[in-house]
Amino acid sequence: MAGIPEATTRPQTAGPGHRTPLTQRMFGTQPIGYVFAGPYFIFWLALFAFPLGFALWMSLHDWFFAAPGAQVDRPFVGLDNYTSVIGDPDVRRAALNVVIFIAINVPLTVVVSMVLAYALNQALPLRTFFRAAYYVPYVTASVAMIAVWLWLFARDGLVNQVLGPVAPDPSWLVNRVWAMPIIALFATWKQLGFYVLLYLAAMQNVPEELYEAAKVDGAGVVRRFLAVTVPGVRSATTLVVILATIVGANFFTEPYLLTGGGGPNGASVSPVLLMYREGIEQGDAGYGAAIGVLLAVVVMTLSAINQFILEDRER
Amino acid sequence: MATEPEAGTDARRQRSSVAETTGTTSPDRDPRRLARRRATATVVGFVLLAAGAFVFLFPFWYMVVGSLQVEPNPTIAGAFPDPSNVTLANYGDINSRLNLLRTLLNSAVFTGGVILFTLALGLLAGYALAVLEFRGRGLVFSLVLLSLIVPFQLLMIPLYVMIVRTYGLADSYLGMILPFAVNATAVFIFRQFFRSIPRDLFDAARIDGASELQILLRLAIPIARPAILTAIIVTFIGPWNEFLWPFLITKEQSMQPLAVALANYITTIAGRAANPFGAILAGATVLAVPAVVLFLAFQKYFLQSDIGSSLKG
Repeated sequence: MAGIPEATTRPQTAGPGHRTPLTQRMFGTQPIGYVFAGPYFIFWLALFAFPLGFALWMSLHDWFFAAPGAQVDRPFVGLDNYTSVIGDPDVRRAALNVVIFIAINVPLTVVVSMVLAYALNQALPLRTFFRAAYYVPYVTASVAMIAVWLWLFARDGLVNQVLGPVAPDPSWLVNRVWAMPIIALFATWKQLGFYVLLYLAAMQNVPEELYEAAKVDGAGVVRRFLAVTVPGVRSATTLVVILATIVGANFFTEPYLLTGGGGPNGASVSPVLLMYREGIEQGDAGYGAAIGVLLAVVVMTLSAINQFILEDRER
Repeated sequence: MATEPEAGTDARRQRSSVAETTGTTSPDRDPRRLARRRATATVVGFVLLAAGAFVFLFPFWYMVVGSLQVEPNPTIAGAFPDPSNVTLANYGDINSRLNLLRTLLNSAVFTGGVILFTLALGLLAGYALAVLEFRGRGLVFSLVLLSLIVPFQLLMIPLYVMIVRTYGLADSYLGMILPFAVNATAVFIFRQFFRSIPRDLFDAARIDGASELQILLRLAIPIARPAILTAIIVTFIGPWNEFLWPFLITKEQSMQPLAVALANYITTIAGRAANPFGAILAGATVLAVPAVVLFLAFQKYFLQSDIGSSLKG
């Protein structure tokens, strides 16, 4: 656009009529874009940006629920909420549970979904069926799936019937040691199909020549998987680790329903369950918000570290 | 697990290389050996996939079988339907406790409302971000993406305070729907789609004197049908399966979506039913079926568009 007209208008460049109109320079050539993006942006402000700021603000105040219409004083308390959150033994237990959850969920997810995706990527019969089968738990409501797991892992449930004398006592969901691993196993099982497909998509982008070259060198299936596939899908692994970590930090439905409210005796309590209990049930919203802010900061830091470590190795 | 057959082929490799010491073919090029190796890999791969399918599908089978039992049978034999122990009474039982029709309707209104907001806001914003030139467009897109990073749980308490305590929207459909109206994934899907359409198409319509709104309604939206279907399907499973948010804001059972009503039944009143597991599993089946059927009917939208765009993004 700059080329041809310039020659003819050059003598008059100083004249205001030939410059881009002021509105265009300020808002772009199609300012109607503001009208189109506006409704979403307003919702974004009201339902995302404002609550985000509100969460931070609350966490710095003694913010509690009061009777509707009552004038109450909610003084600024600095980092008091944060210091009591950090000193709270329930929060520490919840943090430990997140660590247990992630330690089981993330490696299991990466290994199993990568292996299943690799098998799916071969020319095998019934591939379409398998691909769909793995995804079904992912599209089904947690509440429905937990109902089945409650029955499977009940004291007289099928799992214990199969195990017979090896069944743990007390049973899985009321056992202090086993409650958290079962929750992590449930979440891994439920989400796995999503990650299998993520890996499958990544594997289809690994150049076929690499496999051919490995074959010529005499590499078997396992060798090719380790030498070609695993490094070839590294960026997908980064994504899987980050997403699985985020899911791991935010679980709520599993301890609420599967282990009857974070039981036994708080052994499977999660940060979000505590946020619900303290921030909403007990009405101490400032305290609950502080848990939320800390949780978000930890998750984002972990994601950044994951990205740094996993992506860095690529170079 | 997968190393075992490999060890087997190694053993065979030694044997075959002994046999072939006089030949010039390297053991790795021997067609018979390669075929055998490929067959082993196929069998191992298939067994692996089948074992996976069993682990993923068995709970669904068990859910349906359990929902049909007169007497709950947790033994191994109970995993197979027994004609003398089959009944639909559990469905009647859960219906009398939860009012399935009403809670399903609540789930449908909640889900439908979220889809409606998602499409209306998302198509406008996606079109603007992909096609229209305005200052700050990049910034707006970054802000959209920002909401993907921040976990919903952080916003849970402030949203509860705003929606329930400030605006009095507890036990209302609008209160359930609003937090899900900001759907960054849908904006992302629409933006990607509109960017893939040649600009000339829109420019031609503009030269013909069409306004941007006309272009969006008469040209862009009709072409975007596959993207719209993807957005609807991907959005559907979110609110349909959602537990936390509607659980927080609905106390009256007549306003609860099925997932919330069933969860409350599990935690509070199940102990009093004659066959609590039968009733719970019947409710779980009713909750699971719509999402599973939708998935099976529109598989390719789940398996391709969603994953592909999230990887490339």
